[in-house]
Amino acid sequence: MIVIENVNKTFGTKHVLKDISANLYKGKCNFIIGASGGGKSVLMKCMVGLVTPETGSITFDGRDFLKLNYKEKINVRKDIGMLFQNTALFDSLNVEENVAFPLRMFTDFTEEQILDRVNFCLGRVNLVNLNKLFPSNISGGQKKRVGIARAIALNPKYLFCDEPNSGLDPLTSRVIDELIKDITKEYNITTVINTHDMKSLFVMGENIVFIHQGAKWWEGEKEGIRSSGNKELLAFMEASEF
Amino acid sequence: MRFFQHFGEYLLFLKAVFTKPEKGKIFVKQIFTESNNIGVGSFAIISLISTFIGAVSTIQIGYQLVSGILPDYLIGRIVRDSNILEFAPTVTALVLAGKVGSNIASEIGTMKVTEQVDALEIMGINAANYTSLAKIVSGVITIPMLVLYAMMLSLIGGAISGWASGIISVESFVKGLRTDFMGYNVVFALTKAYTFSFLITSVSAFQGFRTEGGALEVGESSTKAVVYSCMSIIFFDYIISQLMLFK
Repeated sequence: MIVIENVNKTFGTKHVLKDISANLYKGKCNFIIGASGGGKSVLMKCMVGLVTPETGSITFDGRDFLKLNYKEKINVRKDIGMLFQNTALFDSLNVEENVAFPLRMFTDFTEEQILDRVNFCLGRVNLVNLNKLFPSNISGGQKKRVGIARAIALNPKYLFCDEPNSGLDPLTSRVIDELIKDITKEYNITTVINTHDMKSLFVMGENIVFIHQGAKWWEGEKEGIRSSGNKELLAFMEASEF
Repeated sequence: MRFFQHFGEYLLFLKAVFTKPEKGKIFVKQIFTESNNIGVGSFAIISLISTFIGAVSTIQIGYQLVSGILPDYLIGRIVRDSNILEFAPTVTALVLAGKVGSNIASEIGTMKVTEQVDALEIMGINAANYTSLAKIVSGVITIPMLVLYAMMLSLIGGAISGWASGIISVESFVKGLRTDFMGYNVVFALTKAYTFSFLITSVSAFQGFRTEGGALEVGESSTKAVVYSCMSIIFFDYIISQLMLFK
């Protein structure tokens, strides 16, 4: 479980995150939704340690990330898998090497064990016979799958997905959604998804955090959205034709 | 004021780079890959440039020593000293600042803007160390080798052009090369080569690493890497010459 408490972040004079608090639950697909520029990407960057908030705390199963020293932070980061919006696969490595990368870095596995694990992860995301291709030679959907395979290679406790469906056709988007949902349940991961794709939210969303103009406007289960009475949230849903 | 801010950032970057690599085995593999990219990949251009610099310097020195009073072999001696002391280390470094420096900056800059550096950080890897240390170490290993190679080729090029243009015979040129040879000059050249190789790779890696934005900014970083590397080469060329030749 990840607990966010009173997080504030400013860039220059712009107050990007305003006293945000939220709970993100284990074994659930936790959605952070909101309009572009609303602060959800900054919030996710704060959670994974790429941006440091001025105040507040972000606690990973009792470990307050912002108060940890460098080595302790690295230990938390080893429990994190992340799927980037643009996949962030390493251009110079092929599919197999990309998935093997965290295994080579952080385990003492033999090459045979690494290859077994890589093939297992690639099989889990339904990618076979692409091991030797480079990221520039595969489609956007396949890149997302490789990104997921790399993210789960070390059996993470927390999976962060930044706009997992951006740039994908609707059919592939649903496949990626199902994959993330299945992996969350199968490995009992705390999954955090940053998106404004409402179809994804209604397919797999369980715990929803709505961020608007840098502040949290609503938090709850998806069934409660329509009865929330929150005008901004309802307007956001209507704009998405739901 | 901005200079001091950037210099401070450069020093902090170096502090992050010079830490123990996460996995020794992977680091060694990176060293071989980067040595191949930087060293072997620059072999052809250095061969071409150093041969012609030696050839041109022989013709120009021959042109200036037409009095008939001075012995021919002095041409060989002057070509030797000017190439060992200046042309081989400095011109090689300036050429490599363009070729290797822009390559390093654009590679790391692209990794930065496509979130590959963020991916490393999130995995718990020191991204500055992972992306830059192997490049710097490989540069410091291979660039001085290229300088030695450039020295040798420039002298060969000088001998050939002297003979081909009828300015000086090969025997006289070789006699000039062997007259009053000082090993210290090679030590001086290698000191410059090691310094320049560190500057080229570290300044370029730094420029790449501080890239923010997109393709346009990657191009800007690449240009800055070449400009700042060349400026620092020229500056340290003067400092090292002052310190080592006039103690």
